Amino acid sequence: MANAAGAAPGGHRNGFWGFLSLPGVAWLLALFVVPFYAIAAVAFGRLDPILRTSDPVWSPWQWKFTAMGKVLDRVFGGDLRGVVVRTLSYVGLSLALCCLIGYPVAYYVARHASRWRGALLAALVLPFWISYLMRMLAWVNLLQVDGYFNRLLGWVHLGGSRNWLDGDWPTVVIGLVYGYIPFFILPLYAALERLDKRLIEAGRDLGASPARVFRRITLPLSVPGLMAASVITVLPMFGDYYTNTFLSSGSPRTEMIGNQIERDLRGTSQPQTGASLVLVLSAMLLVLMTYYLVVTVRAQRAVAT
Amino acid sequence: MKRNRPGRHPFGLATITWLYILWSLVPVLVAMRISFNSGKSRSAFQSLSWRWYFTDPAKSVWHDETLVQPLRNSIKLAALSMLITTPIGVTMAIGLQRWRGRLSKASNALMLFPLVTPEIVMGVALFLVFTQVYTGVPRGFTTQLLGHITFSISYVVVIVRGRLAAIGPQYEEAARDLGANRLQALRLVLLPMLGPAIFASLMVVFAGSIDDFVISSFLSTGASSETVPMKIYAGGRATATPALNALATIMLVFTLAAVSLAAIIMRQMRLRQGGAEDAQLGSLAAVG
Repeated sequence: MANAAGAAPGGHRNGFWGFLSLPGVAWLLALFVVPFYAIAAVAFGRLDPILRTSDPVWSPWQWKFTAMGKVLDRVFGGDLRGVVVRTLSYVGLSLALCCLIGYPVAYYVARHASRWRGALLAALVLPFWISYLMRMLAWVNLLQVDGYFNRLLGWVHLGGSRNWLDGDWPTVVIGLVYGYIPFFILPLYAALERLDKRLIEAGRDLGASPARVFRRITLPLSVPGLMAASVITVLPMFGDYYTNTFLSSGSPRTEMIGNQIERDLRGTSQPQTGASLVLVLSAMLLVLMTYYLVVTVRAQRAVAT
Repeated sequence: MKRNRPGRHPFGLATITWLYILWSLVPVLVAMRISFNSGKSRSAFQSLSWRWYFTDPAKSVWHDETLVQPLRNSIKLAALSMLITTPIGVTMAIGLQRWRGRLSKASNALMLFPLVTPEIVMGVALFLVFTQVYTGVPRGFTTQLLGHITFSISYVVVIVRGRLAAIGPQYEEAARDLGANRLQALRLVLLPMLGPAIFASLMVVFAGSIDDFVISSFLSTGASSETVPMKIYAGGRATATPALNALATIMLVFTLAAVSLAAIIMRQMRLRQGGAEDAQLGSLAAVG
């Protein structure tokens, strides 16, 4: 990208380019940075003693951490622990399923689909352009008690009268996989497609079996792609609150951390608790992102040497 | 593409792939078919009809104001987001591509952050800022529009910068050597060359906005600012008629029309310009 930078860095010229980026930068400052800071100002701010409304405090020197302490207590030992554990297990399970289904698909399209590649790629991209909620609605239709899924089960004599939309965790996990797996497959496909084919041929020429080539060459080389794909899928999954609500008729048995946040802010009007929870969630995701960056850098270094 | 080593075709992998594709698309096709149901059921198909689109005098999408309103909101929101975000994003991309210095590095990082921020975090942030700080902004449609623009800007910057890197500085330099000033070089040389990327940006922003649920929902004030995804969310759980499927199908047709149009026009432009920019379609897909 540096070589495309173009114009020589002269002082007044530089100002012109800065001026061009100004509207965008100003927009993001006002509507991304300030709002983000507002989360902290509300979480560490005061509560109006009478109206119980939130009173944001902007100066970090006057921040109070009592609300945050309470939320952390609830997360680590109180009523929110179940929700957090459930969120982690749903996301972990969904990610595992994404790998299990997504890796073979991405691998096949990237390396073996010769004649059908165009059509397959189009089919992989298509879900991106179908509204997420419509894709979920499709499952709600299929999983009705008298819906096609139960009729299929009845047809092969495996029951067929179950209400799948009543707070079943498998329904929610499959729904999450269905919703987010396109975001997993495409980056992984791109990584596998870029993989140096000469290395694989060299491995085969040196007598390794296809399985061994896959285990020793393809899989290690695809780790960065796999990590990128996982992060892209996991980030939105952690904040999801609509998939589980939609697919379990709002049952509390499948609630995730996002539901709690949404309820605190829009339902029961406890912005301070909601804001604190968002900070906890962001901290969790930050740890994840850092881990991802460390692994990616290490993998790049390993490939380079 | 021929492999050096023909080997066996991996039928197991092929089967998994085709099954996955069936699984990913068939439910949506079934939902679309249900929208043409003549009966009230959303799970069993009776016979083909336009009932839930036009002919039902009270409950079809055409006649039910509670379905028309979200449709109108969604399209208005997406169209305005697209028209406002794209110029901001394009100028920002051009600026960031050439701007040097510490402030520029910070701006670059700032531009990347929205891409990795989970929607719920951004939704909460915007909700709090509009209820606590920018209280003068009328809540509802206006705040939704501001929110959609905020999460769309980075997409445009990424798409346009990809194209800028491919073009390189030489065309502008040639224009400058031939006597154009900097603005003329931008307007007469660079902008036309950015055409496909700008068009892709318009469509990506449109599709992203029309599909958004979380931000719209956090910034909504009720029925007057309900969008189609919100309507699907609210109606899918309650007892709804196939009109909801019809509404979703109409949205799908809108989005796919926008995307196909983008693909066709970009291919035309590419053929005319003859440039090597097959990364364009890829970026369109990768960003969506």
